[in-house]
Amino acid sequence: MTVWDDLVGQDSVVEILRTAVASAQERLAGGKGAAMTHAWLFTGPPGSGRSNAARAFAAALQCLDGGCGECQTCRTTLAGAHPDVSLVSTDGLSIDVAEVREQVRLAALRPGSGRWQVVVVEDADRLTEKAADALLKSLEEPPPRTVWMLCAPTAEDVIVTIRSRSRQVVLRTPPVAAVAQMLTAREQVAPDLALQAARAAQGHVGRARALATKEAVRERRRAVLAIPGSLTSVGACLDAAATITQTASAQADEVAERLEDSERDALKMEFGVEDRGRRPAGYAGRLATLEKDQKRRRTRIARDSIDGVLIDLLSYYRDVLATQTAPGAELVNADVADGVRRLADAGSPEQTLVRIEAILGCREALEANAAPQLALEHLLLTLRH
Amino acid sequence: MASLFSTVLLITGGVEFLTDRAMRRALAQIRDEDPEVAVSDVEAASVGAGELTALTSPSLFSSHSAVVVRGIEGLDPTAADELLSYAAAPAADVALVLTHGGGQKGKGVLDKLRKLAAVQEVTSTAPKPWEVSRWVATEVRQLGASISEEGAGYLVSAVGHDLRSLAAAADQLVDAATGADGSRAPISLDLVRQYFGGRAEVKGFDIADAAIDGHTALALEQLRWALNNNVAPVLITSAFASGLRSLARYGVASSKGLREAELAREVGAPPFRLKRLRAQLRGWDSTGISVAIGAVARADLDVKGAADPEYALERMVLTVTGARTE
Ligand SMILES: [Zn+2]
Repeated sequence: MTVWDDLVGQDSVVEILRTAVASAQERLAGGKGAAMTHAWLFTGPPGSGRSNAARAFAAALQCLDGGCGECQTCRTTLAGAHPDVSLVSTDGLSIDVAEVREQVRLAALRPGSGRWQVVVVEDADRLTEKAADALLKSLEEPPPRTVWMLCAPTAEDVIVTIRSRSRQVVLRTPPVAAVAQMLTAREQVAPDLALQAARAAQGHVGRARALATKEAVRERRRAVLAIPGSLTSVGACLDAAATITQTASAQADEVAERLEDSERDALKMEFGVEDRGRRPAGYAGRLATLEKDQKRRRTRIARDSIDGVLIDLLSYYRDVLATQTAPGAELVNADVADGVRRLADAGSPEQTLVRIEAILGCREALEANAAPQLALEHLLLTLRH
Repeated sequence: MASLFSTVLLITGGVEFLTDRAMRRALAQIRDEDPEVAVSDVEAASVGAGELTALTSPSLFSSHSAVVVRGIEGLDPTAADELLSYAAAPAADVALVLTHGGGQKGKGVLDKLRKLAAVQEVTSTAPKPWEVSRWVATEVRQLGASISEEGAGYLVSAVGHDLRSLAAAADQLVDAATGADGSRAPISLDLVRQYFGGRAEVKGFDIADAAIDGHTALALEQLRWALNNNVAPVLITSAFASGLRSLARYGVASSKGLREAELAREVGAPPFRLKRLRAQLRGWDSTGISVAIGAVARADLDVKGAADPEYALERMVLTVTGARTE
């Protein structure tokens, strides 16, 4: 076993990173280590494992065996608990300048282990402009043992000055077979189910794992894929739109209930608010910031939930189109092939294309802050047959 | 009402306005009982250890005291324990009023309080959207007057669902309906229109109604009026969305043979709207509704983007009226 095992279907990336790890060892021993650099940009589609790749790389740099996957160092790094590896991620919509300044300060410290001081920024595409500027300074004059690992969907998602100072590592959408194999080997999922989940998740490893291991997630997907076949009346369209919006806000509420109280308690603890009724200086401001972040997170969760539904619908209509234009093609949603065939027979490829465009249009509209329920009503009425 | 001294009044439900009002009424009653009462009013989250015990101890300066603790979900554990032990054996000359902000937080303390003999609970829950106009009628009745069903419905669509604003409006209308000799006429739709007819939301819904009815010229005129009066364009698009949604839902539900109240719930509109919806439905079929909703969705995006809102909304009105069958 090694730290690279979790990088499903990313052989060439693993190759690059292993070489870099070897170079890094050389450098620690006083050599040149040309294949190692202080700033890395991991890009790849959602679910391809950008931040997993960065964490594995971090573990391999810290591990005395170059990433054995078993020692204390490897395990603490992968779990996000290594003192010389900080992880920056956000549940909000952006990473602000204060957070980045703090990380820049930490990054300049001497690593306690005597090896590398690593900062993994999991959502580098969410750096605000000011935050990116603050980061740039550290990239321009890197402290000798500091390694920045930035993750973003595409290189275009980070500003060009950061991009040009980083070495890019491009992850691909992992092949269905590789994901299925991983599910069987690591999660003991039966091969049939593993294959079906891998296909339905379209290369999103986390989603494939959830589909393969959680009945509730499979149930939700089935409910979403039942929508196209049910859109026979205006009432059905409006009902489906209402259900999707309600589910999205229920998911946001569920996360809110799980996290918000304990986040508030943690803040109280930090300021020692529990002991006395007095409010220390700075507490009110931090509380206001926290509450704003929590609200933003709720909005984002609801938005992501709706987007997940739209992605499933998109894959369904692509299957319909494939059935109409290339009979016998392998379907993403092979498990609901009957429904796909019914819709394929009931319409023309041109109609299906209009529907696919409508789904893409709806995603764009929501991205531009459209009223979610209205946008979904409009979409589902367009999908109606 | 029985005396509030030597009891603990627990106000729950989490609707801020109703909680506030219940608290103000309790304090008024307490002051009626003893005008000299010493009142202290604290936020639970800032109550330190020992503070509650001190507040509920006999006062040096007056014979009675009242203590209001707001938001008991914010009490820290020590203070919560003090509260529970006081509430188990309240002092004869102290009135304690507690409010809880709703939600799951502090539920443990609530449950324990509810088991105690001295604790009286007043719960206020927010009316459901379709119950708001009935809530208004009850409000008016408690002020010693009456309001027609249509008047209450119109008031809700004019003022919105904010209970504080509705209660203030009910107060104002009852005043207006009271003659110099103290006699009170029932509050009519006309009176409500006279007082609240110019409000922004009325305009949003009025424009939507006019367009759905097919009165293009009227809808455009009202639209211009609304924009000149700085009505936010999104209020207009959301009024259209909600009007069309009700219409479509009415179309589906009306064929099910439901009783009026059930029908109103299913449609998600107040009962007084049903007659209007029945009339509106005559001009519409499902294709028309789809086209109209599409136009509203487009306008929603346009007004949030860089487009000229007046043009975007005029086009929406024209597309909606043009989507009718007649
Ligand atoms: Zn290791």
